[in-house]
Amino acid sequence: MSFVHMAILAPFVFTLIVPFLYRYIRQIHTGWFVLVVPVLLFLYFIQFLDGLSMNEPIRTTVQWIPSLGINFTTYIDGLSLLFALLITGIGSLVVLYSIYYLSKGKEALHNFYVYLLLFMGAMLGVVLSDNLITLYMFWEFTSLSSFMLIAYWYHREKSRYGALKSMLITVFGGFSMLAGFLLLYIMTGTFSIREIIAAAPGIVEHQLFIPALILVLLGAFTKSAQFPFHIWLPDAMEAPTPVSAYLHSATMVKAGIYLVARLTPVFAGSAEWLWLVAGFGIVTLFWGSFSAVKQTDLKAILAFSTVSQLGMIMSLLGVGSAALYYHAIDDNIYIVAILAAVFHLINHATFKGSLFMVVGIVDHETGTRDIRKLGGLMSFMPITFTLAIIGSFSMAGLPPFNGFLSKELFFTGMVRVAQLDIFNLDTWGILFPILAWVASIFTFIYSMILVFKTFTGKYQPEKLDKKPHEAPIGMLIPPIILVSLVVIFGFFPNLLSYSIIEPAMAAILPGLLGPGDHFHVHISFWHGWTIELFMTLGVLTLGVLLFLSLRKWNGIYDYFPQKLALNKFYDGGLVLLERSSAKLTDSYMTGIMRHYLTYIFAFFIICLGASIFLLDAFKVDLTNIAPIGVYEAVLSIVLVIGALVTIFAKSRLTSIIALGAVGYTVSLFFVLFRAPDLALTQLTVETISVALFLLCFYHLPEIKQDKRTELRISKLIISVGVGVIMTLLALSSHSTKLIESISSYYVENSYTEGGGKNMVNVILVDFRGIDTMFEITVLGIAALGIYSMIKLRLERRNEG
Amino acid sequence: MEILMAIVIGILFTCATYLMLSKSLLRIIVGTGLLSHGAHLTILTMGGLKRGAPPLLGEEAPFYTDPLPQALILTAIVISFGVTALFLVLAYRTYQEVKTDDMDKLRGYQGNE
Repeated sequence: MSFVHMAILAPFVFTLIVPFLYRYIRQIHTGWFVLVVPVLLFLYFIQFLDGLSMNEPIRTTVQWIPSLGINFTTYIDGLSLLFALLITGIGSLVVLYSIYYLSKGKEALHNFYVYLLLFMGAMLGVVLSDNLITLYMFWEFTSLSSFMLIAYWYHREKSRYGALKSMLITVFGGFSMLAGFLLLYIMTGTFSIREIIAAAPGIVEHQLFIPALILVLLGAFTKSAQFPFHIWLPDAMEAPTPVSAYLHSATMVKAGIYLVARLTPVFAGSAEWLWLVAGFGIVTLFWGSFSAVKQTDLKAILAFSTVSQLGMIMSLLGVGSAALYYHAIDDNIYIVAILAAVFHLINHATFKGSLFMVVGIVDHETGTRDIRKLGGLMSFMPITFTLAIIGSFSMAGLPPFNGFLSKELFFTGMVRVAQLDIFNLDTWGILFPILAWVASIFTFIYSMILVFKTFTGKYQPEKLDKKPHEAPIGMLIPPIILVSLVVIFGFFPNLLSYSIIEPAMAAILPGLLGPGDHFHVHISFWHGWTIELFMTLGVLTLGVLLFLSLRKWNGIYDYFPQKLALNKFYDGGLVLLERSSAKLTDSYMTGIMRHYLTYIFAFFIICLGASIFLLDAFKVDLTNIAPIGVYEAVLSIVLVIGALVTIFAKSRLTSIIALGAVGYTVSLFFVLFRAPDLALTQLTVETISVALFLLCFYHLPEIKQDKRTELRISKLIISVGVGVIMTLLALSSHSTKLIESISSYYVENSYTEGGGKNMVNVILVDFRGIDTMFEITVLGIAALGIYSMIKLRLERRNEG
Repeated sequence: MEILMAIVIGILFTCATYLMLSKSLLRIIVGTGLLSHGAHLTILTMGGLKRGAPPLLGEEAPFYTDPLPQALILTAIVISFGVTALFLVLAYRTYQEVKTDDMDKLRGYQGNE
């Protein structure tokens, strides 16, 4: 157990104390105690920054199920550390923010912080695990805790809907991912990501490579809200705003990004990986930004914006995987895409986290998040406005903020796709920069909507529940910190490059570096009159024009067919699934016993009949059979007649007597076949049975024959089938003697061992006495059952 | 003899199945009775028929019939008797309480069969 393990498990352990803190220390907001955990973890992780770019990654193992190759192995390299710092850093800020956001008296804080800590621990586990199964375990923990956090206000219908939707989609992806992991295990024989990467060159040709790739990507795409699985994210906005800021912008949705980046060394280099990751990413980017413009709820805008930005990072990772195709580091122009992905990952976490917090403040202070009701808040909330404008401008990609730098790098990456001469990218690749450029225009528009529709324009006090005013300082501190980072990273981007970006890139693209070498990243603010700069200028010009004329053209969204919306497909699919499974169940679960018996008998006929036929098992051996005597022939005829009479009997008395006749004939058979004990027992039992029947029949109504002929025919077919199968079985099994009988033992030892001459009785009470004991038990239970059925009449007693 | 018995067993099973598919509770019980007869005869037949003396050592015969199937059937007879008795009383009580022995109506099914 190393410190890293303890760091991962610390949030889990702390959840145990939280309810007690909430219960017994009511004066202090529970969040203050919780705040300690992420802050300490952040400080712990930040000390790894030092030697990371030079030293080897840190790896520690705790054995969990070593026999299956499943161990709790942690691994810290640049990529894990980047995510761990994001998780703990933004986690601290979010906890601080939530202290002011959630009121002490009204909210169930113990639930909130337990779920949040669970999530934090799970997320740390995801990014620090080296073992795929451990990673999957933590992955599902994030799905679960996210489910609970979205439904935090569980009395709201929409919260429950959003929680269920996110659960269904992410768990679907999680299961696919697990399947992909298992395929990876089959191909490489290990669950360790390190060892899989080492074995990666050998598995590209494996037939399971493509299925594993697709399954793993399904997991990453559902978690990271990629098209068309993005639909859960906007509905997850029903969660409290700190949750949205934390889970649905900075951390959980980046788990998919993490997975793709982590497994890039395994899958990259294949055309499928590049096309799927980059293609879905760019479509998501476009679709998210296009959809964000039409939203009227601030959090919905941010949700679609998150979808869009995640698509952007995903597409960069896809394009960057081309770098592995060219195994050289010099003049490898695709590395820039990976750099852009890592850099934008950080930037997005900063500005999106701050924007969510800003929206939370607006919601908190005005009582609404609807941009149609908001406006003119600038003079009431100057600090919030400043924060919003910096965050949005960074999101739109305007200088001098960090979003500008990553967007420039993004354009660089996309423009270079068109220059690729592999995987058919020289023809269709041109779509990448075009889509990216159009999406950036929409990004610009919704960023402007976010700021200007909220804070400028006409102030409409009649539409607001409260009189707006500036938020308390504690609520402002976290977004202020994040926005300061936005500005700092904007002006001094190279602050990050040596300490974290280069190690992270080295983790995504191992094998490109020689030992002791590292990437040299220099993000410059100005790099001349390049094509990227002109693209940005174009975005700016068109964006401003389109934003100003928004009212004239946003009518096009009304033309968008609602039927094609993905939510309709999801909702319709769920309803269809429920209805059709209900219909299917109703169609065979009729509640009529005859139908169930029919299924059972039909199954019996088909299975046994087919296996007799397929295995060629039927044969008749005539060598070892007894001769037919007159008595047996006569008895057989009597037996058959008796059995048939029970069917055709019109009255109950006839069928009871016929059954009795069959029973007595059977006991005569026992006589003929030299079984005196059986004959005796059968005679007695049959007599008592018939007597019982006669006792009962007086209290039962007359037999009604089934009138419908087709029913009788189907019954006849099934029953004849059963009879034929039984006959065939009896004949074949009699003719197939696989092993000798063990009865000679009983014959020889009955007297010497059991001390009796009646072999049947010796077997019953001596050799196999336990059978008899339980058979006596059966009779006892039956007797008690009959007694209690007749005596206990609870219903009537209650009525009386 | 075994072949004849196999056919007889088949007929017993046919009748039993046919009765068990009825909607009258009494007929179903009669069906289970026939089914257990069929099963017992199957066990006996599979052990081989009429080979040697009854399994009593006092006979001092050179061959005896197989005693093991007989012991098994004896157990089975007693158990099926217990079950049948319970089943009968259950049917009787059902009819007493709900005034029908029609399986379809017992389900609450308003069919027109």
